[in-house]
Amino acid sequence: MSRSDERLELRDWLRVASVGLRSRPLRAALSALGIAIGTAAIVGVLGLSASSQAGLIAEINRLGTNLLTVEAGQSLTGGPAQLPREAPARITLLDNVQQVAHTALIKNTYVYRSSIVPVTETGGLQVRATSLNLLPVLGTGLARGDWLNRGTARLPVAVLGAVAAQQLGIDRVYPGQRVWLGSQWFDIAGILNPSPLTPDIDVSALIGYRAAQTYLGYLSIVGGEQKTGPPSSIYVRAATGHEAEVQSLLATTADPEAPYEAAVSQPSDVLTARAAAAGAFNSLFLGLGVVALIVGAVGVANIMIISVLERRSEIGLRRALGATKSQIRTQFLAESILLAVIGGIVGVLAGAMATAVYASTKNWAVIIPAKAWTGGIASAILIGAIAGLMPAIRASRMPPTVALRTV
Amino acid sequence: MSASVLELDGVTKVYGEDPLVPALRGVSFAVRPGELVAIVGPSGSGKSTLLHVIGTLERPSSGVVRIGGVDAAQLDDRELSKLRARNIGFVFQQFFLAEHATVRDNVADGLLYAGVRAAERYRRADEAIEQVGLSERAHFKPAKLSGGERQRVAIARALVGRPAIVLADEPTGNLDSTNGAAIMDLIRELNAAGATIIMITHDTGLAVQLPRQIRVLDGEIISDRTKGQKP
Repeated sequence: MSRSDERLELRDWLRVASVGLRSRPLRAALSALGIAIGTAAIVGVLGLSASSQAGLIAEINRLGTNLLTVEAGQSLTGGPAQLPREAPARITLLDNVQQVAHTALIKNTYVYRSSIVPVTETGGLQVRATSLNLLPVLGTGLARGDWLNRGTARLPVAVLGAVAAQQLGIDRVYPGQRVWLGSQWFDIAGILNPSPLTPDIDVSALIGYRAAQTYLGYLSIVGGEQKTGPPSSIYVRAATGHEAEVQSLLATTADPEAPYEAAVSQPSDVLTARAAAAGAFNSLFLGLGVVALIVGAVGVANIMIISVLERRSEIGLRRALGATKSQIRTQFLAESILLAVIGGIVGVLAGAMATAVYASTKNWAVIIPAKAWTGGIASAILIGAIAGLMPAIRASRMPPTVALRTV
Repeated sequence: MSASVLELDGVTKVYGEDPLVPALRGVSFAVRPGELVAIVGPSGSGKSTLLHVIGTLERPSSGVVRIGGVDAAQLDDRELSKLRARNIGFVFQQFFLAEHATVRDNVADGLLYAGVRAAERYRRADEAIEQVGLSERAHFKPAKLSGGERQRVAIARALVGRPAIVLADEPTGNLDSTNGAAIMDLIRELNAAGATIIMITHDTGLAVQLPRQIRVLDGEIISDRTKGQKP
């Protein structure tokens, strides 16, 4: 009937360790609160940075990492370089190139809401001539209205990038709506969605190459003949998995005579870097969380010391009933750990909930990194053990006769 | 004559270092199984120290305390705890019940440290509760009980491990006379059923009701009388 050892079963330990919590629940809740706040802050910070990173990565995946751009860089003498007119056509012939589009930045030409806006107030907006296949290559689309076609590309008609439309105060497209571009009115055909991979397009008014030649005088002379162009930016969709290979050939293909004048880049690099930055957590809030945890630990230690003093008669009784010193020590240590773990669990749930609510408003996937919640619970256990150690030792060293001497 | 369940031989206890405060000065007596003994003396006579030494809650400065023939001085904290868990039941003046737990839990906890499985603890607790006449209140919390009922719970908790000795420290001290008398009846009843009980009291009126009285004054036994025997 009696076992040879007097060790308590786990269930008995749980019951004994929760005596303080059950007899004074409000006090237990308040002392666990500090730990809950600290854990919630840490889990929230880790969760939010992971979720925002996941959001960016999802966007990168949607946009694709296989877009490469070739820009006119600088000539050896330091002046602005030009890409050859034939560059896009040459790039199209490369292996593993799926699509090629291009635009030409028209320098010293700006777009205004109307003809009476002072010329210096350009709002940082650009005017670009564009090839007609730009949208599928960039992976963006129209927010309103229509894209350019072979007809409108010859006429004074513009499509506005998302930021350009906003800056010009245009949010709808209707017949007769115009902007002042160069030195004449252009009709608005449509407004684009944002293009995160190519922010230059967002701040541009896009017109056809023919229109740029006709109305703005942007042209090349080839063999004495006037031709459209040249492009200043070329957008290339490479076959997935062959980006590096295509990228290494782009400069020489675009400008075989002066490959160093062509600047080749992968726009998704910028987003990838931003995602990496979002993954680096906010150390200020993390620090605040740690401070809250320390304050919480002090609170738990304080409560445990008071508890040991208040429960002297309980300690004496348990000793009289046959509890050993180490059983008394374990009881109070377990109570402290239990208190901290309850705080830790509540904190993890609160942090996870905060992450879920914020991430859902941003349409991010909700990600609570495993290291956040396991770390939260583990640090709560550690804090409970550290905070409870001294009170538990004091409880176990209390002579039973002193413990039973009540006033 | 059966072997002593408790034996004290020349027990002294001195508190403090400077000045030395002697609380017990050479106390010797023996208790046989089934006895009901009153240790009686005014406050400051050393009877509480005597209770603590008998209960192995405190070690004597010198002399021998044997419980069931085992010399308590030879045992370490673990072994002493085991001895208390199995052989000694305590009843305190202030009851010391856990307020958040039911009567049944309180009584079953008397066996918590004795290495008895939960189901068996509760089975024996039900028995002990029946013995003290509280079966109908088994699921009450102490706050809903009268003082007399609370002391019955404490007695049931002391009995639940069927200890060799029950030590009762002023068990009626916090009770009115009616409840006190009822508790005394219960103590006699339990003794009649076989329990060895040592009761400590300052109340000579109570002590004379019991078969054996050990009078203590200034840390010494001044008389040890058993009813029916000549002094």
